[in-house]
Amino acid sequence: MLKQIEGSKAVAEAIALCRPEVISAYPITPQTHIVEDLSQIVKKGALGNCQYINVESEFAAMSCVIGASATGARAYTATSSQGLLFMAEAVYNASGMGLPIVMTLGNRAIGAPINIWNDHSDSMSMANSGWIQLHAETNQEAVDLHIIAFRLAEQLSVPVMVCMDGFILTHAYERVDIPTQEQVDNFLPKFEPVQMLDPDEPLTMGAMVGPEAFTEVRYLSHHKQLQALEVIPQLASEFEKQFGRKSGAMVDPYHTIDADTVVVSLGSINGTIKDTIDILREDRCSIGSVKLGAFRPFPLAELREALSGARRVIVVEKDVALGLGGIVASNVRMALRGTSTPVYTIIAGLGGRPIPSKSLDKAFRQAMDDDIEDPLFLDLNHEVIDRELARMKEQRRSGPVAENILREIGLVGHSPRKV
Amino acid sequence: MFQIRIHGRGGQGVVSAAEVLSVAGFEEGMHAQAFPSFGSERMGAPVMAFCRLDEKEIRLREPVMMPDCLIIQDTTLLHQVDLFQGLDTKYGYLIVNTKKRYDQLGIDEYVNNFLPHHVCTVAASEWALKYTGRPMPNMALLGAFCALTRRLELDSLLSAVRQKFPGKVGEMNADAASHAYDAIRVN
Repeated sequence: MLKQIEGSKAVAEAIALCRPEVISAYPITPQTHIVEDLSQIVKKGALGNCQYINVESEFAAMSCVIGASATGARAYTATSSQGLLFMAEAVYNASGMGLPIVMTLGNRAIGAPINIWNDHSDSMSMANSGWIQLHAETNQEAVDLHIIAFRLAEQLSVPVMVCMDGFILTHAYERVDIPTQEQVDNFLPKFEPVQMLDPDEPLTMGAMVGPEAFTEVRYLSHHKQLQALEVIPQLASEFEKQFGRKSGAMVDPYHTIDADTVVVSLGSINGTIKDTIDILREDRCSIGSVKLGAFRPFPLAELREALSGARRVIVVEKDVALGLGGIVASNVRMALRGTSTPVYTIIAGLGGRPIPSKSLDKAFRQAMDDDIEDPLFLDLNHEVIDRELARMKEQRRSGPVAENILREIGLVGHSPRKV
Repeated sequence: MFQIRIHGRGGQGVVSAAEVLSVAGFEEGMHAQAFPSFGSERMGAPVMAFCRLDEKEIRLREPVMMPDCLIIQDTTLLHQVDLFQGLDTKYGYLIVNTKKRYDQLGIDEYVNNFLPHHVCTVAASEWALKYTGRPMPNMALLGAFCALTRRLELDSLLSAVRQKFPGKVGEMNADAASHAYDAIRVN
């Protein structure tokens, strides 16, 4: 049914349609409305025996769904930002034990400085934890990806993180087609666990594994990710047949066939990128884009194929590997290894900075002339940076950087101390 | 695409206004997108919310920087925040919640740049108080929006208002919106 609905609420309805048996969450910032809406759905009794367990921290939330999943229950949680970091140890345990938990991540920045806004620092921090990471471009896709995620997680016995841009998607009202219970039931069979804690047939999970077997266990986790490269396209195609719309593509090209320049990105920014490409194409620029629908597993071969006609690639990413540059760009370079295709990195949208189409337009034109800084920090205020660097050089006790920058741009109090 | 930016303060229903507007657009079969300016919202702090209406899918995710219509819920922001940024005075619309005249607000010269039927003041807080018992100007301003821009039918707005606020609160807000609509439409 078509609805004009907030992203978080739409996802809550989708999760409910997936008939979870245990939902556990820590309901305080950083969090989304998803778990709030789910708690109301559970309270109304709409989910039968589903247990909603309100816990004291994100670490507890993940531990709780690990326990639930180990007993064979379909388990779900959601978090963001610092919440994901706080549950980090348990995040690795969930994947290490191969438990098919589904978690929504409302992507947000990580402090310090304190920041509650959108970027991809949080999901990137767990990119190599063994979880599958799917990224939604729209709220429709966020809804669809969660339905695919449960199926994928349970088929391979691996946890899946569905990443959706915090605020930009989670708090946006837009048109979403919420499927029927019958449609979801037809797509998502009952959970048949590959391992299950059962008092009648006792077993151990989470054993200590020494050097003699650790590599083999890890290899099998890697193998699962490689299997997912095969399974995700199958599920996306099955989803399209049953639901009549495309969702879940790992690599989704837009005007790439004749494009000299191809832009690669994750998540909701792909919308603005496509609009920018339309403008540039009207100006006869040979440019297209590829949306990456999954960051883990990383679709190396599929992406390489999609970029095979490109003379240059631009990666727009909402994160930064400090001391290196782009994280997504590094992965894209891996997909292009052995070729001479240059990959330019645009770091954008950090801590929720808006990414205007105009700024992208300018940066794309620079890249098309192969005259672009790499990495380019989009809309970086160089004046402020230069003044702060000068102060730091001339003054040993230059003070806290975050506070100094806020004063420089006039957001708080008096100017920074004079040199 | 028609883009609306709403300025107000935390607690004045700025975000709800954008959401309701998007639902009204959806009611008419349009594609609509609404989102807030994502501050760490506090009562009284400056807040912005955005709404886009279009016949086709809306992919753009940037804040509304070049609004076709600007709604100002709180005139105490006038000389604190650059409210008019990006507003096209040639074709744009301006709706201000106030009982004062433009010259009393110090914006009479600016307002003269607009087409005569593209600007209005609305005593929205007062009407809201009268119809709902609370000085929440948002729904009355949306009634004025429908009358001034003719982008949305009043019925679509009223349906959206009733969905957002079920029961008596919805009816009272619908009355405030209808009153503002009638007042502006006549003018």
